[in-house]
Parts: sequence; C-alpha cells; structure tokens
Amino acid sequence: MSTDGKFGDYGGQYVPEALMPAIEELDDAYQRYVLDNEDGFMDEFRQRLADFGGRPTPLQRADRLSERYDLDVYLKREDLLHGGAHKLNNALGQVLLAKYMGKDRIIAETGAGQHGTATAMAAAHLDMPCTIYMGERDINRQRPNVFRMKLNGSDVKPVTAGRGTLKEAISETMRDWAATVESTHYVIGSVVGPHPFPAMVRDFQAVISEEAREQAHEKLGGLPDSVIACAGGGSNTMGAFANFVDDDSVDLYAVEAGGSSLAVDEEAGVAPNSASLSTGDEGVLHGARTKLLQDSVGQIMESHSISSGLDYAGVGPELAYLVDEDRVTPVAVDDDAALEGFHRLSQTEGIIPALETAHAFGYLEEHHAELSGSVIVNVSGRGDKDLQSAIEETEAREIPNAPDMSMFSEGI
Amino acid sequence: MAENEAIAAAFADGPAFIPYLAVGDPDYEASKAYVEALARGGADIIELGLPFSEPIAEGSTIQNAIVRALEGGMTPDRFFEFVEELDVDVPLVCMTYYNLIYQYGRSRGGEPGPEAFVERAAEVGISGFVVPDLPAEEADPLRAACDEHGLDLVFIVAPTTEGDRLEEMMERVSGYVYVQARLGTTGAKTDVSDQTTRSLQRLAEWDVPKAVGFGISSGDQAARIVANGADGIIVGSALVDIVAAGVNSERPVDETAEKLAAKARELAAGTREGAARRNADIADADSA
Repeated sequence: MSTDGKFGDYGGQYVPEALMPAIEELDDAYQRYVLDNEDGFMDEFRQRLADFGGRPTPLQRADRLSERYDLDVYLKREDLLHGGAHKLNNALGQVLLAKYMGKDRIIAETGAGQHGTATAMAAAHLDMPCTIYMGERDINRQRPNVFRMKLNGSDVKPVTAGRGTLKEAISETMRDWAATVESTHYVIGSVVGPHPFPAMVRDFQAVISEEAREQAHEKLGGLPDSVIACAGGGSNTMGAFANFVDDDSVDLYAVEAGGSSLAVDEEAGVAPNSASLSTGDEGVLHGARTKLLQDSVGQIMESHSISSGLDYAGVGPELAYLVDEDRVTPVAVDDDAALEGFHRLSQTEGIIPALETAHAFGYLEEHHAELSGSVIVNVSGRGDKDLQSAIEETEAREIPNAPDMSMFSEGI
Repeated sequence: MAENEAIAAAFADGPAFIPYLAVGDPDYEASKAYVEALARGGADIIELGLPFSEPIAEGSTIQNAIVRALEGGMTPDRFFEFVEELDVDVPLVCMTYYNLIYQYGRSRGGEPGPEAFVERAAEVGISGFVVPDLPAEEADPLRAACDEHGLDLVFIVAPTTEGDRLEEMMERVSGYVYVQARLGTTGAKTDVSDQTTRSLQRLAEWDVPKAVGFGISSGDQAARIVANGADGIIVGSALVDIVAAGVNSERPVDETAEKLAAKARELAAGTREGAARRNADIADADSA
C-alpha cells in the first residue's frame, strides 16, 4: 500500500470536507499508535485481546471434513473469541485507539448486529459512552443482538431511511460524525470507508493470520496450501489473508454471498446477492473507490444474502485490488449451498457456524476437488445469533442434509 | 482555470441568493414548477440536486427529498432533460455525488470518468458543480473536464478546513466557495454561527466569492450573514421543507410553488438588506 491510502486505484478519501480533519487526525493516530506502537498502544491492545478476548484462538484440525474431502482441513476458531466472532479484534482496537486519542464518545453502525455488539462490549470494557446506528429492518431481524448492545449500556438508534439496512446505517453514522468529530470516534465495522480505515481495520484483524501462520508451522510443519474466508465488507477475509499475501504458494479464496442469483434486477434496483468482488464494477461509495453493486448510472443497488453480515453493496478496497492483481480468487456460493454448509459443519464437527462463515464451507463442499494438501478455513463466527433465520430459511427450501424440525411445526 | 461567465455575472452586482432543490422532488413536473418559482422569487443562481442513493453529506430533510425524487424516477438523463427544458435565466449549478459523475461515461457505453458527464451538463446549460464527497485531492480529473467546458467547480469549506487543505482547495476552486456555516450535515437552524464569521475571516485573502450555507432559514439570518461579509447565501433545507409540507398535506403544486416563491423573495430581500447594511457600515467607517 502507498502512503496516500490507495491500493492501486482503489481506496482514497471520498468524504465530506467536514470529516477530513477527523480522518487526518485518525491517520496520524493510526501511524503513531498502531504502526509505531507509541505509548505501548499495541502492547496494551494485544494484552486486552488475550485477557478480555480470550486470544489466541485455536487452529483445529477438522477430522471428518478432512476425511470427506481427502484434504487436511484446519479451522481457525474465531468463533471462540469473546462475543462469538472476529469482530472484537477490530472493535477493541478502535475503541482503545479512541481512548488514546482523547475522544470521549464512540459511534458505530451495524448491519447484522455483530459489529454493534462487539463495539458495545469493547465500549463497556473501556468505559466509553457508545451510540450504535442500526437499520430499522435489521433491528427487527436481529433482536437478540439489539438486547446485547443495550445490556452492555449502548444507545441503539434505529435508522428509518431507505430500506433500513447496513448501508443506510453507515450513511447515518457518517452524518453523526460530521457533527461531532471533535469529541467522537467512529468505529467502522469492516475494511471499508475512507483511508485509514481499510488499512487500520486490516491491521487489527491481522492477528487472525498472524496466529494461523505460526500455528500452521507448528501443526502442518509449514504453510497451508490454501486459506478460505467468507467476504462481505471483508474484515475477517483481510484478517485471515494479511499475513499470507506475500506467500505466493498460498492460494487465497474470498467466498462471497451469491444469494439467490448473480444476476441483477436493474429496474427494481436490487441485486439478489452481495457478490461485489465477483460481479461489481468500480465506483465510489462510503468514502472509498472500490468494487460496487450499482446500476448502470451509478445508483447503489440493494444487495441480498441470507446472511445479513455479508449483505453489503461494497467491499474493502484492498480486496478489490488483490482480486484485480489475481492474488485473491473471488468465488460465490448461493444461499442454498451456504445453508447446507451450515448444517454440515454443525453435524460433522459439532460447530454451529454463523451463516456468513457457512458460505466458506459451501465453497469447500462444491470445490474441494480443485484444492489439494492443507486448507485453513476461517470460522469467522458462531451461529447462535442465526438460529432463528437458519431454521426459517431451511424450512423454506429443500436442504438435503437439514435435520427434521417438523415436531415444532406440528406443535409440542 | 476556467471561470464561468454567468456565475461571475451573478456576483457582479452584489451578494447573491442561491437556493437549492432536489430535482424530481416529488416528481418531474412539480419540481420544474418549484425551480421556476425560485427564479421568480429572486434567485441569482440555483443549485440543482441530482439525487444519489447514498447522500452521506445531507441531513434528514434533504435525504428524504432525494428518496422522494428517486422514487419519482429521477435519473441523470432525466436530470439533463429537466435542465434543458427549464425556463429560467439564472445560472444553474449541479450538486451531486461523485459516483454518478464518474459512472455516466460507462452508462453511455464509454469509459468511466467525469468527462462525459461534464460535457453533457455543459450542453444542457449547467454552469458549475458542487460535489460534497469529492475532496480537492481527488478532484483533478473533474477540474480538468470543467476547464475544458468552461464550467466552475465549487468546493465546500468546513469550519475545520484550514492550512494545507484550504490551500489545496483554493487552488482548484472557481465560481464561488461554499462556506459551511457549522459542523454537521445540511438542515434548517435558526442561529448564526460564530464558526461562519471565523471562516469568512480565514478566506478573506482570496478574492473568489464566499457563499454561506447550512442552516439558513430566514431573511433576517440571510441579512446578518451578508452584513458579516458573505458574498452570497445558500438555502436548501428551508425550501425543501416547504416541498415536503406540500407533499405531506397533498397541497396543489401551484400553491407550493407560490409558497416557495414567497420564501425566495424573503431570502433575496434579506440578502439585499444585508448588503445595504454592510455598505452603510463601510460608509460609517469611512466617515469616522
């Protein structure tokens, strides 16, 4: 990456002028505290990730999947991080950074609620007041996460604009920030937005691949042949890839949500998928130039996935760049294959994955024949938050490996 | 750097009143009547918003207007058609987000980039642009296209803009600078911010006109801001509020247009009143 926050032509700082000083201040803090470990920032961050977060997370061999695919399948267990997903790595890093910067208030957006709950936990842990913006529709889809945020003392503000999902929540959080930049830090939830966010969030999440690389040396005696991670905005993806990018022998697969179809409905402004790396065009959204799901004139499309955490029309600019450079292979897995992956991991390994994560296992099932040797799959989160939608979505489809849940529909 | 003659002329006879409306809010025909009403009411320049689906710099009033306009079917091509058909004789400035400018060439089967959009805008009679999510550092391709077609590129100066950033912007600005009266997004407020006065002082060394916007809703406020040294006032949300009230109460289009014209007259009169006060102050200072 060059110093101006560009990844090739991607990235940059496409934001209202009022936000520029805050972004410059953040860039300065990123360089001093994160890159140069000033005042021991990174040491404190690592210590808190260990004590509060429970790091390191294990790299576990998945014996039955290994046998099924005739591969060595290893699972990077981010689902075991406090909060049940990789999200805490970033949230804790940014809330701590806000403290070092002397800010006294945290704001964040959330789609599925995972970033919101991680930010609420980190804010409570570090004693910072926190406001979370969440689309009204997402609030209704993700009630348990809303309860968790409120239990941790955060203020949850419903966003009613547009369709009431993640992209509206991001816009609304940017508006709050534009009015409060002097006192407030915006904890963005993924490797998206204006520089320095994509680089900084990647650096906080890179602990995943830093550990995985060491653990692979211990357990595999060397590097894995492939790393597979799901990709929405791309924070777990970049976290899982960052320390392998320079290892040319390691293939990197970013698994996007193929939704119900990779086609788009231009008339309705809807893309029934969230596959911006596989199908998107270059454009500017939420502060960065990246690959986007947009209509022919440049209006942003409504994306779709059964997994609300992947449901975003953009993607991190660094991932877009790595895809153009042929370093990362973007692949898409549809809703049905993701659900099958969800049930398979639950049944064969005793791990109920997040629906986001389930896409990575959908890819493994469909394409294992193209892989060889050892594979690390990033288990970005656990699936407890998704039980309701997993059961409803399973019932609505023909999923061959789903358990029989008819005892509930027939009444007990 | 090109200077658009129509915009320069609008500032030549004293401070300018610059209203904003989102084009297509709530539909094509009504919107045309509303923009023409602003011209009747005394607008010196009109900012026409081309609606983008993710307007991150706008407050809820203008965001809702943009949603109404998009639901009403507004697109970049419809916008250009609108401008072409508009019966007004004041310069028109297009306010929109960079992705729409950037993608226009591709939508016409060419390469992405600002050239095709600017060319088409010039053709239909647009005199300049305001692009709230385009920082000066990323603006060179758009600046070059504007130069080629004789259009202005207006930048927004925030209360927090100073030093190198201000220099970068002032090197690339033409037409006028949009002085953001306060932090935050657009939206009607009633006080006059100290931040405005400080911004005007910071900009005094440059001779490009300074137009103040964000939160101006009355003729009285307009007068005070102009008396404090502004070369123009920009009003958006207070006018969009009138459109929204018309939509909500299902008021006939001509009644809403008349209310907009009346509000425009109040703001234009305030702008002139402020200029008169400032000239009187200068006269006092000269005679003292």
